[in-house]
Amino acid sequence: MTLTQPSTTAPVTGTPRAARHTGRLPGIWRAGAARSKVELRAFFRNKQSLVFTLMFPVILLVVFGSIFSGKVAGTDTDLKQVFMAGIIAAGVMSTSFSGLAINIAIERDTGTVRRLAMTPMPKSAYFVGKLVRVIVTTALEAVLLIGIALALFGLPLPSTPERWFTLGWDLALGTVACAMAGAAYSALIPNSRSAAAIVTPVFMVLQFISGVFFPFGQLPAWMQTVAAFFPVKWMAQGFRSVFLPDSFTAVEPAGNWELGHIAMVLVAWSLAGLVLTAFSFRWRGPRVR
Amino acid sequence: MATAVGEHPVSVRGLRKSYGDWHAVQGLDLDIHQGEVFALLGPNGAGKTTTVEILEGVRQRTGGDVRVLGCDPAEDRRDWRARIGVVPQTTGAYSDLTVREVVEHFAAFYPNPLPVGQVIDMVGLGKHEKKQSTDLSGGQARRLDVAVGIVGDPDLIFLDEPTTGLDPVARREAWDLVRYFSERGRTTVLTTHYLDEAEALCERAAVIVAGRVVQCGPLAEFGGRTQTPTTVSFRIPPELAGRTLPSLPPGADPAPVGADGVLRIGTHAPTALLAALVPWAHQAGVGELPELRVHRPTLEDVYLDLIREHADGTDRGADTTQLISEAGTR
Repeated sequence: MTLTQPSTTAPVTGTPRAARHTGRLPGIWRAGAARSKVELRAFFRNKQSLVFTLMFPVILLVVFGSIFSGKVAGTDTDLKQVFMAGIIAAGVMSTSFSGLAINIAIERDTGTVRRLAMTPMPKSAYFVGKLVRVIVTTALEAVLLIGIALALFGLPLPSTPERWFTLGWDLALGTVACAMAGAAYSALIPNSRSAAAIVTPVFMVLQFISGVFFPFGQLPAWMQTVAAFFPVKWMAQGFRSVFLPDSFTAVEPAGNWELGHIAMVLVAWSLAGLVLTAFSFRWRGPRVR
Repeated sequence: MATAVGEHPVSVRGLRKSYGDWHAVQGLDLDIHQGEVFALLGPNGAGKTTTVEILEGVRQRTGGDVRVLGCDPAEDRRDWRARIGVVPQTTGAYSDLTVREVVEHFAAFYPNPLPVGQVIDMVGLGKHEKKQSTDLSGGQARRLDVAVGIVGDPDLIFLDEPTTGLDPVARREAWDLVRYFSERGRTTVLTTHYLDEAEALCERAAVIVAGRVVQCGPLAEFGGRTQTPTTVSFRIPPELAGRTLPSLPPGADPAPVGADGVLRIGTHAPTALLAALVPWAHQAGVGELPELRVHRPTLEDVYLDLIREHADGTDRGADTTQLISEAGTR
């Protein structure tokens, strides 16, 4: 037998570099579309987010809608109707604030945020996807709540085009304001296990002090003052202007619907949330696993 | 953007990373050549992952010069990211998406991704592509991580302990994947605790201890492997007991025989040593030396020696310089 020595250098055949870099780097549109697709898919497949985020306000609506009766003192309006207008605001907060804050905390914990940061994805595409997720789920939430209120509890649909218009912008601005606040708030969540515990109390307390379950005018003055700093109070007031007769303004603290104020506060929250998110969001670091 | 001719894909000079008083990386130098599979070895907490994360642009350095594919990783440029593939140490979870959806999703961010089906087959998840990614076993989830890391068809791949948690068959499949990219001229930086893995895949490696490179070069010449003597050993049969050894080649160093009755001779010329031992044994009527072994130092021997030599990698506080100067005077 003859022994032969193996050759020490194997020829390396790589694809010519020039031929490979012909494809264009996907920009914000393609990346944003890819993120949005995955966001919606994941939302509708996840039973926890469907039940907790989407169905929770629906359950509250059905339960309290069946309990509440009588008129609001000093008006000719059913307490039930006031509550139904308010629960839409709670629904918006549930899908955009609570849902988003918890979702971001989970993605930080499970490695999604970290891995996305290692791809050439434009960073803004992540937030485009989140916004699409929140807009679609909030729109669905609003349709569900208004539909059920209409079918089971006889809530009248908005009576004028102006009221439909108010419904539209109040929903849109409320969604963006809550989503931005939720994205910023997620920075306070240490890990996904504690996410619900850190988010839900805020959601519950704001509902109670913002006039969702009780007519806002009947709340203690200090509570009204505190609530006025947060978007839920203003959103709920906007929805009352859409679904309740104008005579109800008699028991509104301001004596009118304050539509301009509502828009201003919601825009301010959107901008503040955006700035806070820009400063607090981390693509890497000890909390991003 | 493109790596300049003659420039290495990874070039590090004097890299430092400190967390307060703790110096995780202190003055690290490294060159990784085009097209090679390069291993980063070292004990836990030696600064391997910190170094790799700085190269990947996911951690900021305290000081030093770092060039990866001609760019400073801290810039985090998108066109640069498109040429880098990263498989981090921790396994990710992609809830509510199937294997195929996850890989397709990440492919969407790259200008020239590999075909999704091909990537899924390459990591051995072909049978599971419709499975929910959260239903995967630990090893399968790790493969999905690898798929996500390579789907962009990167020029430079960072694999941080990619085979931890894989069974032996899956490990070999992961090795094939590394070889696939290596054969296509891509560069791979592999962090591992498995020395057999480093030896099977890598031409060159660096050992990091206490935040510094204590050894860097071809694995075959590692830690003066060529200088470390080979040990020839056999159990002394009754026929040879009490006999004097024949004249041995220069440098051969027989150790005193212990209670196990095994004679160990260190030598740099094992063939010449055997040529002397065999006729000597024959004369005494011994045709076969019992338990004859020629033991060349393994990578593990060399590695453990290196770690021991540069021990005290645990305390790198404020008085490190003192420790080092003490070691120097010893």
